[in-house]
Amino acid sequence: MIDQSPAIILLAPFLLAILLALLGIKREWLCFPLVITGLAISVAASVVTLMRVIDEGTIQYLFGGWEPPFGINLRVDGLNALVALAVSTVSLLTAIYSKRAVPAETSDKVSQFYTLYLLSVTGLLGIVLTGDAFNLYVLIEISALTSYALIGMGSKRATLAAYKYLIMGTIGASFYLLGVGYLYIKTGSLNMYDIQEQIVANDLLGSPTILVAFILIMVGVWIKMAFFPLHAWLPNSYTFGPSTTSTLLGPLVTKVMIYVMIRMILTVFSPEFAFDQLDWSNIIVWMSVIAILAASISALAQTSLQKMLAFLIIAEVGYMVGGVWLADEMGIVGSIYHIIADAFMTLCVFLFAGIIFTKTGRRDLSAMEGLFTKMPLTMVGFLVGAFSLIGIPPTAGFFSKWYLIQGGISSGHYEYVAALLISSLINAVLFFRIIEIAYFGTKPAEGHGHHHEEERKDGPTEASFSMLFPLLITAALLIGIGLYNQEVVAIITDFVSQFNIGATIL
Amino acid sequence: MELLEALSAKFNYWIYVIIMMIGLYAMISKNNLVKKLIGMSIFQTAIILFYVSIGVKEGDTIPILYHDQVHPSHGDSHHEADTGHGEDHHPSHEEIVANLHIEPDDFANPLPHVLMLTAIVVGVATLGVGLALTQKIYRDFGSIEENEILESIKSAK
Amino acid sequence: MKSFALIAVVLTGWLLLSAVSDFPDWGDTESPANDYRLSQHYITETFPETSVPNMVTAVLADYRGYDTMFETVVIFVAGIAIMSILRRKPLDHLKDKGKETRTYKKDPDLIIDTTCRLMIPIIQLFALYVVAHGHHSPGGGFQGGVIFGASFILLALSRDLQAAQRWVPEKRVLNLAGIGILIYSGFGFACMLLGSNFLDYEILHKIMPATPIEARSHSMLGVEIGVAFTCTAIMFSIYSNLASNGDMKETL
Repeated sequence: MIDQSPAIILLAPFLLAILLALLGIKREWLCFPLVITGLAISVAASVVTLMRVIDEGTIQYLFGGWEPPFGINLRVDGLNALVALAVSTVSLLTAIYSKRAVPAETSDKVSQFYTLYLLSVTGLLGIVLTGDAFNLYVLIEISALTSYALIGMGSKRATLAAYKYLIMGTIGASFYLLGVGYLYIKTGSLNMYDIQEQIVANDLLGSPTILVAFILIMVGVWIKMAFFPLHAWLPNSYTFGPSTTSTLLGPLVTKVMIYVMIRMILTVFSPEFAFDQLDWSNIIVWMSVIAILAASISALAQTSLQKMLAFLIIAEVGYMVGGVWLADEMGIVGSIYHIIADAFMTLCVFLFAGIIFTKTGRRDLSAMEGLFTKMPLTMVGFLVGAFSLIGIPPTAGFFSKWYLIQGGISSGHYEYVAALLISSLINAVLFFRIIEIAYFGTKPAEGHGHHHEEERKDGPTEASFSMLFPLLITAALLIGIGLYNQEVVAIITDFVSQFNIGATIL
Repeated sequence: MELLEALSAKFNYWIYVIIMMIGLYAMISKNNLVKKLIGMSIFQTAIILFYVSIGVKEGDTIPILYHDQVHPSHGDSHHEADTGHGEDHHPSHEEIVANLHIEPDDFANPLPHVLMLTAIVVGVATLGVGLALTQKIYRDFGSIEENEILESIKSAK
Repeated sequence: MKSFALIAVVLTGWLLLSAVSDFPDWGDTESPANDYRLSQHYITETFPETSVPNMVTAVLADYRGYDTMFETVVIFVAGIAIMSILRRKPLDHLKDKGKETRTYKKDPDLIIDTTCRLMIPIIQLFALYVVAHGHHSPGGGFQGGVIFGASFILLALSRDLQAAQRWVPEKRVLNLAGIGILIYSGFGFACMLLGSNFLDYEILHKIMPATPIEARSHSMLGVEIGVAFTCTAIMFSIYSNLASNGDMKETL
């Protein structure tokens, strides 16, 4: 059974999604246990797979018993295993949170929501683990279709946001498909590792087709990860959808797309091609600098908590794209570490926003007045997440920024380092503003305080256990990942060092 | 002329890219939500045609083996159990394989066909979800022109 | 906006066409895609390895069966998504409990009704033929499932939605779709339980009266049947949700 573990990571939520669809309509009490079971099995399987990868190196799982490229395989190495573990853990924590939120926000469609939830997680896990380029497209579409529906189940404005996401997401995925088609024309293969071999064997690195394929795949993935200026779909989608949807999709979808970009650059088109032959590092690092600054400044201007967090996601995407394109080993290590750290940071703050929305029914920043006294544990969880986004030790965010800054300095892109520091400052301003509102309350608090004390019984009390538990676990994980960053970075460096990125001279 | 030669030998790619761009233009610039979805459908159909045209070979046929290749009806089958079915001797699988000779250039490349089965299904699914969202938007906002909807959101604030 | 769109489209078109000079010609048998060992293997080795003459079905259901499973999931997700976006319970004063009502549609047209009554069984028979003969002629689960679903849509168009829903009420549709995917993954899990990898059909010869190679052929038929179930159900579900705007009362 142990050697089936890579497949179990995604087959467990898949099977339970179908069972949920069949059994859950009439028996709503079954939905939650089935979801938790599926995701717990998935987390266990990904831990086992990570252990196996640390022991044995890259492991392969052949579907149908066919060798690649004749069949489809899962190819799990250090990068995959870590991201898969992050994805399944985030989904499990969000599922625990959703126990109260889903029946409250989408009361008549609970079983359908959970079916789509589990299938979305299956799609994301499939993207992370697969080794075949066309299979990646199918799984991108599964995760995209479920996202459109999960967002569209929200309020009126959510439907329009979901439509816009649909149009832009389809353009992105179709560009990716075209890129794979161009690769297929020239190499005849669909397996990622095999395409690399064919490119090298037939000496295709200089051909225009491969160049155009690279551009198409990059642009397609950038649209799907909301890299500025292709980000227009993200703020509205994550603001107006149900809070569980934002908590699931916000930390995961963009990070998984960044994983796809890294995988395409490192495994399919080799780093020599991406970083040496095309000398685009400067342009793309400048683009990411603009992305970071524009997103952070837009976040300052928002009054709604979730929209502000959505713009922070866009800024984080800017960090990671810039970190990869620094063409420096430390930069890529920092980016990969940041994928994992950022998944948990974003989860933490989105859980907090969801708890606020559930307790007070409001999305704007002033809903947090005086929360320090009323909901102390929630605020502690939020503080850890906020410190991580700002970059204060010993949280994970500090270490990821540390590695990214090291990469920036050693590759000579000082504008990237400057952008990182400025955006940390802006994050600090943003979050201390919230902490100030929560601790001291603003001037007209007296009238408002009495007003929303009547809304719920005795005002917002401490969040319920099912919502508080994931928040505190996430906060603990953030500190844990920060303190153990050496171990995590060791796994990542093992993976990245095989590509000899630092050896190239810019 | 080199351009003319490029056009005539590879005209299929030119046609499909032009159709793709028509679809993409409709998706980006049209105001009506349904017209955008029609553009999306055109775009995806052009991609499907593009892929299928990769697998064409000169003078080929569909990628299914001929009937008499897999059911050899006469000649070297020396089973004496002739059950009176005429020429249907049911040779075993190994015997058929041993006598099988397949010329790869006779058959079209099956792989793009398989990939595009998947792509067609994905396109239909996305179109369905898009149309459902459009209907819900019409139900909620009363219009499917994007500028009218944005106006009504602004005025409702 | 239009001028920006035009510029973007022209740029993209130019980008896509700039590589055309590098492409193989139309119909080239020596092109990398046609010449590579992948397609050659599929053409020459499909019948020896799986005893299925139709290469497309073999690649779809066996070599790339994992992909096809997720394609079925895409259809399933589309059905559930449309149901969750659009479906609403009819308002109270429109609800008629326990009474099959046809008051929403005028009397069916005689010519259309008679023609469809004759056509629909034949269409369904043809759909079953397409599913069953996927191994030997163009066909398979998706194609047959869509044709079968289309027969129900024809019934709903020629009469009204209630008549079709007597055959496929909403609950049965969802069950059918879920059972279809469970059949597909059931084959995969059976392979896992017998000790091999997911969707490695050869191991199933232990529970089937067939050689390992024939077990592949029979399992392919099994998974295609699962796909057909899901396709049928979801095609009709998408139609009934979209056409009735979620009410399930009256359609076009």
